[in-house]
Amino acid sequence: MNLLEMNHIQKNFDGLCVLKDISVSVKEGEILSIIGPSGSGKSTLLRCATMLEKIDGGEICYLGERAALVENGKESYVKGDQLKKVRSYFGLVFQNFNLFPHYSVMKNITDAPIHVQKRDKEAVYAEARELLKKMGLEDKENAYPCQLSGGQCQRVAIARALALNPKILFFDEPTSALDPELTGEVLRVIKSLADLKITMVIVTHEMAFARDISDRIIFMDKGVVALEGTPEEVFGSDHARMREFLGKFQQ
Amino acid sequence: MSFSVMLRELTSGFGQTCLIFVLTLLFSLPLGMVVYFGRVSRIRPVSWLVKIYISIMRGTPLMLQLLIWYFGPFYLWKMNIGGYKFTAIILGCSLNYAAYFAEIYRSGIESIPKGQYEAAQLLGYGKSQTFVKIILPQVIKIVLPSVTNEVITLVKDTSLVYSVSYIEMFAVAKQIAAAQTTVLPFVIAGAFYYVFNFVVAWLLEQIEKKLDYYH
Repeated sequence: MNLLEMNHIQKNFDGLCVLKDISVSVKEGEILSIIGPSGSGKSTLLRCATMLEKIDGGEICYLGERAALVENGKESYVKGDQLKKVRSYFGLVFQNFNLFPHYSVMKNITDAPIHVQKRDKEAVYAEARELLKKMGLEDKENAYPCQLSGGQCQRVAIARALALNPKILFFDEPTSALDPELTGEVLRVIKSLADLKITMVIVTHEMAFARDISDRIIFMDKGVVALEGTPEEVFGSDHARMREFLGKFQQ
Repeated sequence: MSFSVMLRELTSGFGQTCLIFVLTLLFSLPLGMVVYFGRVSRIRPVSWLVKIYISIMRGTPLMLQLLIWYFGPFYLWKMNIGGYKFTAIILGCSLNYAAYFAEIYRSGIESIPKGQYEAAQLLGYGKSQTFVKIILPQVIKIVLPSVTNEVITLVKDTSLVYSVSYIEMFAVAKQIAAAQTTVLPFVIAGAFYYVFNFVVAWLLEQIEKKLDYYH
């Protein structure tokens, strides 16, 4: 089954068409990477999928349930409890972490499960400690975000998103704010999640990483899906724009 | 008049000064938040009215506002309300300070990065949960130095109520000074204001230090 289906998505910013009739679907357990030049609409696509931006046309479905439909200028987004339910299906890891600076690492991770999902406190704490261990941050539960490195912050942010048990996890350029060393530790963590068969959609500029981790890759350019396929297909393609993009990377 | 009598008179006046200070803060700090919400309301007439209100409160002297609150009802509607003076003072001071606090809150709230709201939304927090748990604690830390400034100004502004002949420390000092032809009561009153503000500043600094665990 498709966890996520985005059909004919359109998005404009002040008359500028950023997404032009894009359709993307994500299967359960799949790892999809979205690559492409800056301004091609990758992040906008993620922000539309996570409902941080409203679409100007198209349809978004999670687990076969329609979350949003915009047709002929008429929009219908799910509301209330329906919306809450849809939101619980996905998590998002931001480029600049967006941790809550006044909360400790532990509270950043546990507050939403306890106060939003109303889960048992002890169970949530135990699970959070497990997650921190997985992230290699077991000794940081009482630290505050300002005491951590960028890479550690991003790992906390990943743990925070995972603590809500989303069905699908989105990454919006998770390493773009990090230096190469810190990038490595974050990518290793994401890779370890891949081994757990967590469904992930990753917008990234790390080509080697995308090639290595993905089941499928989408190459976006100027608001459309220019190329789609397995890593071998995409990186081996003789698509002119893709070659030009990769060439610039290899230089 | 002996020094001790003078001190006793001034101390009882200081009680009134403190009362005005405490009540004004008690009303204006939360009221400022209400004014802020009005200021940023999506209902246009509301935000316009609140903007005009803030503009008048900040654009005219507090002393003049006190005179209008106190004498307005009588001159405008011939209303003669007994014992209304104290209410007029608290009303005037609170409405004036709420306007300043509202703008301080606004600057604080607007300085919170959009990403904090987005992260909260993604984690499933509702609108009020986001404001109370995520935004407000960060805003308090940001606005505290500006609020401290206003609070200190308020301590001194309580002396303006002498314009409606309310007897607090400053009025007492003036009376004694005129009757005894001495500048001593002013010096003592000044010392009172200074020490009071010193304590206020120290207290607020302790709160700032307490919130220093993150940035």
